[in-house]
Amino acid sequence: MNDWFTIFILTLDATMRVSTPLILAALAGLFSERSGVVDISLEGKMLAGAFAAAAVASIAGSAWIGLLAAIAVSIVLALLHGFACITHRGNQVVSGVAINILAAGLTMVLGLHWFKQGGQTPRLDNEARFLSLDLPGAQAVADVPYLGKIYEELISGHNILVYVAFLMVPFTYWVVYKTRFGLRLRAVGENPNAVDTAGISVVKIRYLAVICTGILCGIAGAYISTAHNAQFVRDMTAGQGFIALAALIFGKWRPFQVLFACLLFGFLDALAVRLQGVSLPGIGEIPVQFIEALPYLLTVILLAGFIGKAVAPKASGIPYVKER
Amino acid sequence: MSQGSHEMPFWMDAILLPFLNIVTAFAATAVIFLAIGVDPVEATQILLFGAFGYEEGIGYTLFFTTNFIFTGLAVAVAFHAGLFNIGGEGQAYIGGLGAGMLCLFLGQWLPGLLVIPLAIVAAALFGAAWAYIPAYLQAYRGSHIVITTIMFNFLASSLMVYLMVDVLKEDGQQSPQSAEFAESSWLYSMHDFLAIFGVEIEASPLNLSIFLALLAAVFVWIFIWHTRWGYEIRTIGSNATAGVYAGIKPARVIVLSMCISGALAGMVGVNEVMGVHHRLMLDFHVGYGFAGIAVALMGRNHPVGIILAALLFGVLYQGGAELAFEMSNINRDIVVVMQGLVILFSGALEFMYRPWLMRMYLAISGRGDKQEVAA
Repeated sequence: MNDWFTIFILTLDATMRVSTPLILAALAGLFSERSGVVDISLEGKMLAGAFAAAAVASIAGSAWIGLLAAIAVSIVLALLHGFACITHRGNQVVSGVAINILAAGLTMVLGLHWFKQGGQTPRLDNEARFLSLDLPGAQAVADVPYLGKIYEELISGHNILVYVAFLMVPFTYWVVYKTRFGLRLRAVGENPNAVDTAGISVVKIRYLAVICTGILCGIAGAYISTAHNAQFVRDMTAGQGFIALAALIFGKWRPFQVLFACLLFGFLDALAVRLQGVSLPGIGEIPVQFIEALPYLLTVILLAGFIGKAVAPKASGIPYVKER
Repeated sequence: MSQGSHEMPFWMDAILLPFLNIVTAFAATAVIFLAIGVDPVEATQILLFGAFGYEEGIGYTLFFTTNFIFTGLAVAVAFHAGLFNIGGEGQAYIGGLGAGMLCLFLGQWLPGLLVIPLAIVAAALFGAAWAYIPAYLQAYRGSHIVITTIMFNFLASSLMVYLMVDVLKEDGQQSPQSAEFAESSWLYSMHDFLAIFGVEIEASPLNLSIFLALLAAVFVWIFIWHTRWGYEIRTIGSNATAGVYAGIKPARVIVLSMCISGALAGMVGVNEVMGVHHRLMLDFHVGYGFAGIAVALMGRNHPVGIILAALLFGVLYQGGAELAFEMSNINRDIVVVMQGLVILFSGALEFMYRPWLMRMYLAISGRGDKQEVAA
């Protein structure tokens, strides 16, 4: 019994770790899409952020400076997206594809030029990484049955970015639903004409939104390369930006539902690792690929309208033209 | 912003503007070359030599071009219907699976003359089927096709890993790949084909698929501009409301155009699986689907433009490989960067120069003042 409990807690613990970048990236997408700018380049911004964080952290020797670099690079890409989609009213999907591809290529080209290790960055020392934190009393209560284990394994012992990601959920909720900026953000995504009539700049609100997207994607990238791993390697985001996009849709563009979707997808990922090569009684061995594909499959089923209905912000994907 | 209120002459819109965009993309590439300490002129020379300097290089260039023609056409057909098919990757992958399975299971029983056309059809059907589901969901359930096709790319990749690792893997093999097809189902390589006529060329992966690609381009041209279906597709793509009033059913157009798009993307599988590898394996498709977007954008969704753009990308791919080989401080990813820049400047920032060109045109033609007052 206790064994099963330990496995369960460890799986949930892994879930928290793999969900963290998903939560950050999905919330990033939430800001952009709620303002009416479709962003399929979460992946590219995360990748560029991961590269910047690992590269700068390895030179500066500080994870925090790496984090700042990741945020800066990710904001630059977000502004590029904004420049194309908001200022020049370009196709938002095309711009997103361009940024994804550009990030995939540039990280490797610059990585090779700067570090001469085939595109990878050097392995980071512990000082240049975000390490696990022990919350107060974690060791003391570790022996308490069940609850102690939960506190020690599940709640304590993560790096600071994990906590940041989870705190970001209520914070995003507060910003989007309780502040003046949030009201305008949502309004711009639903009915930009009305916002414009009220004398508020649609362009400005949308730029602020994509900057928020940039910041959060940067943190997600830094988490991947300097907290979850200790260096940057080729294509290290491995589709997580797209899973985050799926989670954003699965969570119907609402912060707490998005958190739930990210945890679900993260749990599936953790479960896939744990079930590898395990034969389940009565079912046999489940192919790992099937569990890995579940987030995508669930999202398609949701989009098809079989689990509730996912309604995107009304103005999303449509450039705003003032003279009409 | 005077966009839309004035007309630019055709040649400015269709030739000058795209040309400026491409020049900008290449200028940006040159800046990146300089930033990593590479002389852009020398790099261009190596690149061009790699692509055209010797027979094998030319073969590789045209081989890559073949893939780009297929995916470029695929993206373009969907574009004409106003749809963004970002799922070319998955459709190419599954198309290859279709061709591969047919060769694998029927190759040893049937003569090549039968297997090869059947396998080509299988590639088209599998690719079309993979596009059909997102198309159906868009047409009848309103799910956004961009998101569903992205999801289907990942689903294709999971499915293929599962099949290659657990089902189709050749017994006793370590790497996830199928058994080799029977030789009768191999598509003639160009050097073998020309040897029949007594023409000797160096061996390269170039195979008869390139003729298939050119045929596909002709097919798309006829289909889009000279058939009823093509007319319906273009109508829905440019003005869906008007199309509905004219009695065209948008749902049918969505499904039709996406299936053709998927079938075209699936042809990449013919070129790769039947033309070169002669077995099923993982990741033979990587990057071609996305590059198709750049090719279609650059080629302005017209088959002639697409063939030219595909050739340019073929040159970049092959030349880029040569560049990575010759210069130790560059890797093949420089081609990916160029591709991203082309999509950025010819696609997302397509209209960046438009207002500026407009002012130039009005100033030169001396109609600026009058128009400005009228506006």
